[in-house]
Amino acid sequence: MKHTLIALVEDKPGVLNRVASLFRRRAFNIESLTVGRTHEPEVSRMTILVDTELTAPHLVEANLSKLVNVIDVHDVTQTPTVMRDLALVKVRADAGTLAEINQLADIFRAKIVDVASDSVILEVTGDEDKITGLIDLLRPRGIIEMVRTGQVAMVRGVNESGTNKRMNGNGNGHGNHHQ
Amino acid sequence: MAIRTGAQIIWECLMRENVSTVFGYPGGTILPAYDAMLDYPIHHVLTRHEQGATHAADGYARASGQVGVAIATSGPGATNMVTGIATAMLDSSPIVCITGQVGTAVLGTDAFQEVDITGVTLPITKHNYLVMRVEELAATMREAFHVAREGRPGPVLVDIPKDVQNAKCEFAYPDAPIAFPRRRIPAQVPDDELERAAEMLNQAERPVILAGRGVLLSGAAQQLREFAEKTQIPVVLTLLGLGVFPRQHPLCLGMAGMHGEAYANRAVQNADVLIAFGMRFDDRVTGNLKTFAKTAKKIHVEIDRSEIAKNVHVDLPLLGDARAVLEQLIPRVETKPREAWHDQIAEWRSETQARDVLRQEETEGLAPAHVIHDLWQATEGKAVVVSDVGQNQMWEAQYYRHDEPRTLITSGGLGTMGFGLPAAIGAKFARPDAEVWVVAGDGGFQMTQAELATIVQERIKINIAIINNGFLGMVRQWQQMFYERRYAATPISSPDFVKLADAHGISALRVRRREQVIPAVRSARANPGPVLIDFRVQQEDCVYPMVPAGADLREMIRRPMEMEMAK
Repeated sequence: MKHTLIALVEDKPGVLNRVASLFRRRAFNIESLTVGRTHEPEVSRMTILVDTELTAPHLVEANLSKLVNVIDVHDVTQTPTVMRDLALVKVRADAGTLAEINQLADIFRAKIVDVASDSVILEVTGDEDKITGLIDLLRPRGIIEMVRTGQVAMVRGVNESGTNKRMNGNGNGHGNHHQ
Repeated sequence: MAIRTGAQIIWECLMRENVSTVFGYPGGTILPAYDAMLDYPIHHVLTRHEQGATHAADGYARASGQVGVAIATSGPGATNMVTGIATAMLDSSPIVCITGQVGTAVLGTDAFQEVDITGVTLPITKHNYLVMRVEELAATMREAFHVAREGRPGPVLVDIPKDVQNAKCEFAYPDAPIAFPRRRIPAQVPDDELERAAEMLNQAERPVILAGRGVLLSGAAQQLREFAEKTQIPVVLTLLGLGVFPRQHPLCLGMAGMHGEAYANRAVQNADVLIAFGMRFDDRVTGNLKTFAKTAKKIHVEIDRSEIAKNVHVDLPLLGDARAVLEQLIPRVETKPREAWHDQIAEWRSETQARDVLRQEETEGLAPAHVIHDLWQATEGKAVVVSDVGQNQMWEAQYYRHDEPRTLITSGGLGTMGFGLPAAIGAKFARPDAEVWVVAGDGGFQMTQAELATIVQERIKINIAIINNGFLGMVRQWQQMFYERRYAATPISSPDFVKLADAHGISALRVRRREQVIPAVRSARANPGPVLIDFRVQQEDCVYPMVPAGADLREMIRRPMEMEMAK
């Protein structure tokens, strides 16, 4: 089984290194980790998928919470959540197969974002199952190259204790980052 | 607001954190800070190696409960601190290490004496900082002290490039609240959890308390005693927990684990409820995790969430400060005589005592246990003992009966040989009125014996007991028991420790016989200066009992007896 954790972290140099170092040191088995900006300028957001066969998710969450640069961590596995992954897939295509690939793309609501004489690039967004489904169908046609962003997650609705509300540690404010 | 250089700001901040003593070693990139030091009333102790400075800061922290401070230059100065930092990390000791760094203009160019020390120490500090602008320095220093002290304490490193020390800015010590930890642990444990804990304890027939260093860190020794006495539950201690409950209290079973008392291990393995306070189920305490306290329902009182259910399945975790939890638990627990359980433990205890080497009046050669026992007697159990690592450490833990918190200072988690002497220097500065003894083996002592010169330069009174058996004794013991007595690299020669002390201007004695032990300790105590005693003990004595690594706690290798007793 997989657990999904969302971590809000300070957008400072070395923070990703601290998180990665923690996972390595504690031998945590991480399925995927994505990191990017949020609507708040000093806050980055990580979505972490933990393989629970090998790693206890509560230990990942508790250890992350101990890092000074980590603002908040939530295990959203049990919470209704929108999960998205984006893949770019370059597949062999010529005049004879292009129509068929186009049809496949339509079914999966993927987009053809680049056409070359011998190949096309498809962009597909969705949850894990959808993307894997499309890739399985494309594979026999010859995948030349592929890249995936890893999954990002967002909890549905507004919830005060959730990830849409930045934790301020019992109303202490989040000052004191010496800029 | 006053204009200050970065170098001055370092000392301004240390003054505001009530630091009176720092331990360090100067060098190129920390020169500005050392120059500024002369204008501030903070005492600097020059150790003979940066590892010594870090251990001294650690010893200071452990003896006082205050943050210890160590200073070093960049590159080799900083890397020499690494062992000391890791030692503090594993034992949750609050220290702040300040290192010089090459100038920001050449950072990352492999400049002379440049090492990425924040990278190196990332996994062995609670947090570390590289200060790139002088305007950040004061807030960073303040946060460093806060992080070191807060919750479960630990080491913090602040790396300060030389140009940041030379740069100037307006100085004001910030007073804004620090947002760490982000999620505070509520002072109040949920009622239903307290009720459940009380019910488990009230219904228990064979309960055991397992207490560790967290009890000391939260200042809960008094509350633990009240709790144990009210419930009449026997108390077992970890190595780092020794002192949090009086060793001579009738409810105290002493240390558990690999070299724990046999009766303490039996109590743990036969318990029906185990309540652990401020300890982390280290492998040296639990032995085989699969068979550890198998029959016991476990309650874990712990301030660090990441320690709960890490090694051992816990039936009821109580997240919180040990003292706060004890205070809330005490009114809810019942007094019960638990006679059958105490009778059983008394039976196990008398079996242990019958085997004890203390019962043997005559031994061939001086028995290390006798040395520690007599040291305990002659110091009336009141000394602060700083032990090194290995057999000496285990004999100290078994035979010096610590009745007060902070009277034993030892490297438990990391097991750092060479810790004893420099840590004792720190302990003496933290508690100048205390009688401080180092107990070290001949191996560990040689690792940091250069610090003898520090003692002399600082004119401090520390007594040193070397348990000298001519071997790296604990490794030799493992070779004897598990490697067919093939003593690979464990025989070790030593300098003449008496002459070595003499060369430093330190008084010294050599002791070979039991009857000389107490007079030697007395003469050391009476001497106003430091004294080193070279105890020449049996070469191949072992620490008993011993649970082999990873074995069930009941599988103890016991001290051989002339007449093997019935189990």
